[in-house]
Amino acid sequence: MAAVALARPWAARVRLGRVAARAAVLGALSVGAVLMAAPFLWLLSSALKDPSKIWLFPPQWIPNPVRWSNFAEALTSAPFPTYARNTLVIVLANEVGVLASASLAAYGFARLRFPGRDLIFMVLLSTIMLPWAVVMVPNYIIFRQLGWLDTPLPLIVPHWFGGGPFYIFLLRQFFRTLPADLSDAARIDGCGELGIYARIILPLAKSALAAVAIFVFLQHWNDFMAPLIYLSKPSNLTLSLGLAAFRDVYSTQWHYLMAASVVVVIPSVLVFFFAQRHFVQGIAMTGMRA
Amino acid sequence: MSARPGSLARREAVAGYLFIAPAVLGFLLWTAGPMLASIWLATTDWDLIRAPRPVGLANVQHLLEDDLFWTALVATAYYTVVHVPLALALAFAIALLLNVHVRAIGFFRTVYYLPSIVPAVANAVLWVWIFNSEFGLLNLGLETLGLPKVAWLQDPSWAMPALILMSLWSLGATMVIYLAGLQGVPQHLYEAAAIDGAGALPRFWHVTVPMLSPIIFFNLVMQIIGSFQVFTAGYIMTRGGPQNATLFYVLYLFQNAFQYFKMGYASAMAWVLFLIVLGFSLLVFRYVGRLVHYEESR
Repeated sequence: MAAVALARPWAARVRLGRVAARAAVLGALSVGAVLMAAPFLWLLSSALKDPSKIWLFPPQWIPNPVRWSNFAEALTSAPFPTYARNTLVIVLANEVGVLASASLAAYGFARLRFPGRDLIFMVLLSTIMLPWAVVMVPNYIIFRQLGWLDTPLPLIVPHWFGGGPFYIFLLRQFFRTLPADLSDAARIDGCGELGIYARIILPLAKSALAAVAIFVFLQHWNDFMAPLIYLSKPSNLTLSLGLAAFRDVYSTQWHYLMAASVVVVIPSVLVFFFAQRHFVQGIAMTGMRA
Repeated sequence: MSARPGSLARREAVAGYLFIAPAVLGFLLWTAGPMLASIWLATTDWDLIRAPRPVGLANVQHLLEDDLFWTALVATAYYTVVHVPLALALAFAIALLLNVHVRAIGFFRTVYYLPSIVPAVANAVLWVWIFNSEFGLLNLGLETLGLPKVAWLQDPSWAMPALILMSLWSLGATMVIYLAGLQGVPQHLYEAAAIDGAGALPRFWHVTVPMLSPIIFFNLVMQIIGSFQVFTAGYIMTRGGPQNATLFYVLYLFQNAFQYFKMGYASAMAWVLFLIVLGFSLLVFRYVGRLVHYEESR
């Protein structure tokens, strides 16, 4: 009895402390969230403003009047539909190539034994740390010799060869978690390795493949430096290049610049919202190296 | 009977090599081969029009005498030294907050993550407007607080702090990796520490930090390497200016290759970059890596 009587004020104080701590966390998170959201609201609000209202102090957060025509005017003053089509071609071709070739390599590294496997894997993985700028000039010269400049090929073909060490790593981690019995049973039934890969492992790895697909989309939708060196004709530009060119022309028309930026941002945001779960799991897996 | 397992193992090995063949070929074609080629390129003078002319180590010698090379190196070092600790600490702090189960935590996680998916060019254009010296969001905020306005991107001493400030908006990936690590710390460690009378701060230092040290290390390495590669912000927002204050290393490399068409010189720069990154990585693995605590059971 005495112990309970003693414990009670202590427990109450802990509970009070917890409530206070939670309130403090909620307060800090809210302040931070306002800071994180402010640039987005500023982007959206500027995109919908009448140009005369851009230069007001204090600023108008909710535009009055709302000028939807900024979007139509910005998008028709440069060939944005062409940019979008070019970008989509690059993104889709990469999805196919990366998903296929990275999963093949990951299967080899995760589920087959052969001499030198771990050494080869470590060499491939270490190239994650290699800045692309180091190989940028020779790669440019290779594609120039091939006559592929100003085509989407330099932005697609290299990614059909393994898709990049990051994706191989991510898929390998996932494939290793699948039980070995699955493959052994199929092997006894006379199934070849390609069959096991295609019919057993891939269907079980949908969530990891989805994570890779989202990363590939964002990587190539957002890419700037590689398209910048390979593409130059206006009709070949990607959205990122197009937006950069648009910025040079309309450098002070903030309502147009923000409207065009909103259009480039929206697909990434949509992909994120539809696939948030896979996405966060995928990132979490990258930090989980043994 | 002894030949059977051997031939099975051989068949598995052949299959293994075939499965990884595209990736290995890709590595040779677009990474290892180009790196070797760039050693040769670095010893030539080549403008892509006339034939490459061998010049030996002249490019490296010019590099050491090139003021802009040193400017670029210092600018990149400045960015790295300020950005990396801030990014690591801020992302860690946010992850700690996001790991508390308060109301609407899913909403908060989304809000903090979302900036990271904004495409780099759109991000750059947006922040040029935020940094606008007359009517940008940041200066309007300063004006509201009664503080003087700052010519963020026009003032050589403010341009780099501005780009670092902007970089702290997009810490999503680092944050999520921390958060996943925090969720992986076994609850019983905290409980054991609490029973031993450890308060919140000792629990943080003696449980959270050691348990997360492999992840802190991973984030540190990725942040350093990312900092050496900053390009888009400098290219779009400041063109390396004002007065070369934001002339990042990769930006200067790009200018040499694709604006001045000095392929040999740019290749020499690329190799110097490779050696710097390699040297830094070795240093970090050697001196920071041994502070990392790994669980025995792994």
